[in-house]
Amino acid sequence: MKNLRWRVITVVALFAVFFSLSVYPILANRYHWPAPQWLKDKQLKLGLDLKGGVHLVLRVHTDEALQTATTTTVEQLREQLKTAGVTAASMTVVSPSTFRVEGVPQDRDAEFRRVAEEYVATNYDRTSGTGGTYTFTLKPNIERDMRDQTMTQAQETIDRRVNDLGVVEPNLSRYGDAGDQILVQLPGVTDVNRAKEIIRSTAILELKLVETGPAGSREALLQSYGGKVPDDMEIISGASADASAGTSYYLVRKVAAVTGRDLRNARPSLDENSRPAVSFSLTNEGARKFGKVTGENVGRYLAIILDKRVQSAPRIDSRIDSEGRISGSFTTDEVNDLSLILRSGALPASMSYLEERVIGPTLGADSIKAGVTASLGGLALVVLFMLAYYKLSGINAVVAMICNLIILVGLMAYFGATMTLPGIAGFILTMGMGVDSNVLIFERIKEELAAGRGVRAAIDAGFSRVLLTLLDTHVTALIAAAFLFQFGTGPIRGFATTLTIGLLTNLFTSIFVSRTLFDLALQRQPATARTISI
Amino acid sequence: MQIFTNPNFDFVRWRWHAIVLSLVVILAGAFHIWKNGPRLGVDFEGGTIVIVKFDQAPPLERVRQALQAGMAGGGEAIVQQYGDAANRDVLIRVRRTGAEQAGSLSAEAEAAVAALKQAGLGNFTVVGTEIVGPVVGEQLKRRGIMATVLALAGILIYIALRFQFSFAVGAVAATLHDLFVCLAFLSFFNYDITLNVIAGLLTITGYSVNDTIVVFDRVRENMRAMRRDNLAHIVNVAVNQTLARTIITAGTTLLSVIALYIFGGEVLEGFAFTMLVGIISGTYSTVFIASSLAIMFQGRKLVKGQVAPTAADAPRKPGRRRAS
Repeated sequence: MKNLRWRVITVVALFAVFFSLSVYPILANRYHWPAPQWLKDKQLKLGLDLKGGVHLVLRVHTDEALQTATTTTVEQLREQLKTAGVTAASMTVVSPSTFRVEGVPQDRDAEFRRVAEEYVATNYDRTSGTGGTYTFTLKPNIERDMRDQTMTQAQETIDRRVNDLGVVEPNLSRYGDAGDQILVQLPGVTDVNRAKEIIRSTAILELKLVETGPAGSREALLQSYGGKVPDDMEIISGASADASAGTSYYLVRKVAAVTGRDLRNARPSLDENSRPAVSFSLTNEGARKFGKVTGENVGRYLAIILDKRVQSAPRIDSRIDSEGRISGSFTTDEVNDLSLILRSGALPASMSYLEERVIGPTLGADSIKAGVTASLGGLALVVLFMLAYYKLSGINAVVAMICNLIILVGLMAYFGATMTLPGIAGFILTMGMGVDSNVLIFERIKEELAAGRGVRAAIDAGFSRVLLTLLDTHVTALIAAAFLFQFGTGPIRGFATTLTIGLLTNLFTSIFVSRTLFDLALQRQPATARTISI
Repeated sequence: MQIFTNPNFDFVRWRWHAIVLSLVVILAGAFHIWKNGPRLGVDFEGGTIVIVKFDQAPPLERVRQALQAGMAGGGEAIVQQYGDAANRDVLIRVRRTGAEQAGSLSAEAEAAVAALKQAGLGNFTVVGTEIVGPVVGEQLKRRGIMATVLALAGILIYIALRFQFSFAVGAVAATLHDLFVCLAFLSFFNYDITLNVIAGLLTITGYSVNDTIVVFDRVRENMRAMRRDNLAHIVNVAVNQTLARTIITAGTTLLSVIALYIFGGEVLEGFAFTMLVGIISGTYSTVFIASSLAIMFQGRKLVKGQVAPTAADAPRKPGRRRAS
């Protein structure tokens, strides 16, 4: 018993530390008591279901990124084959990860293989068919990397946009089994539709030289080209300068002069007619490219294309280096959002929503009120019962329970865990298991006393016999909690987190704290005492 | 204070009655689920939920009429009061979502809101929406089942390692029993299976195993002290010895859960109901089912500590045998 003093000191010290981590910051914030900032920041965070906010799951269409890569590869190969003097009958993109080359002439076959080997073999596997037919398939590991990269890029882009929106403590993570989903949680956001649009806009900005146009129809546009779109050009539609004229068509160069990747910044501004517009500036590299193109093409028109739609096609009056402006028929809000999206960069692929949950702030407040009322009510009932049934030893159990609660909240705050509604349920269960541990020990002590042992021996036996049972029950519960955390989603995870931490603190309080309290009480009794208030 | 002084009920004698009773409840539940279809919440089935708060709560029938009139397929919508009547919240559930493509997942929710506006039911605000597409629903379903099955398997392995395989079978069977009883009652009382209910079921898993282990632990302890008695008697003594603890623990947990059920609000109601049924069933299965099954799965000769010591066995665990 000589180490009793140290055990008491340990319990008191731990209690103090976790009290200052869990309860003190809350009190300090409410009553403006002094507290260092890091401690104030360490408060238990509330989950969306309690605070209100938006919960979104998006699917990123990673196929699109592969499709783009494959298309680009086909274009490059076509270019290289042309230089090498090999003409294939057709080159078609069959699926996002495969393309087929048909009709390679027999005598040029070796040359074709050499070019393909040099430019395509790093990323694509080649299988040959009959009659100069070849199928190229993206290598599985490259495909995986590309998809993964697309997801990372998408996530980073969404992250920038969400931060730009001014959301405090957003949560973004990969989600789902297929690995192509992103979970976005935005606490406190109420304008769901705006948030959804901003997150989802692909915002691919391209500036391309106009060859002909605008024209009222595709046919009119292609008149001087014999009705056929030249290989290096494409037709893109857009609104015409005066809104009444309907859709206009432009024939533009396929290769963009600059793209969204060359942007340094974008901000809302006004155009020459004082209508809302977006001004942008380019990076050094972008400015060099842009300067060259504009300098060589003074007097021609430049199409400003956003998500495959021409916004405007101003005339190039002089060489432009680093600054530009996108004008069109925008409202002020649209201009604000567009600059935000452009600043954050384009998404590598389009996305769609799979799940959408909005918890209004009042609903969250109702839930938290109900949850807290229920927890406190339950706790009070249990405390009353323990005191009535176990008398003075009941105090022991209640102290252990409060200790458990304080350490649990403190640890959760320290690890930055989020408190959700199922988390509150986890709290209640932990308290239940804590009481159970005490009941087990107390009942065993009673049994030993009934068997005629002295108080000290009974308490010793009670704790040591029950220890194994407690370990078994807690380990099984931990195993269950681990699987819940690993495979569960959302609320189930919150529950598993609370339960795991709670089980560990529970073992500590029911074995160590409770025992110390018993020993403390026994200290004042003679070693031969035969009764104890239990 | 003492609930029982030296209880000595012959629980094992009643085991066949208990097993029949449990089977009746579980089969009735299975029949009820089969007849009415499983009631899955939007989390697993996919669908749209809109919760609106009215300034002046209209009769639910008028909300139904409004949806029927102003929304394609609105007649199939489920309309119910959400939470306390004083909150004036109404929950509308449609079993569909907008198409996933083109970003119109929320189309059904928007249609419902438009229909309510059109009907002139007074001012209201949308306080919450839940829209779960079929892909996510399927995913949540798969993950929920996987979490439960793996957690049970993990528990089975742990108990098999710590006790004996027949005990593990008994514990897991008792746990499955509790899960099935919960599912039966959820179906009887028309609760939807939501993520929160799953959390409740998983809690019951943990609780039920916990309860069972306490008894098994005592059985293991008694086996050493009562080597001459048969297993049924040993089990019966263990159940009686832990009876006070079983009842006090179940009682205190029930107190918390009842508080949760009454004050916990709408969101936690399904969870609390599951816990309520589960704890009662868990206590019952601990006393009547788990040990009975352990006895049935194990002939008396297999009990550790009861096997006649063999030459190979004796030197390996000498202390253990002497200690008993």
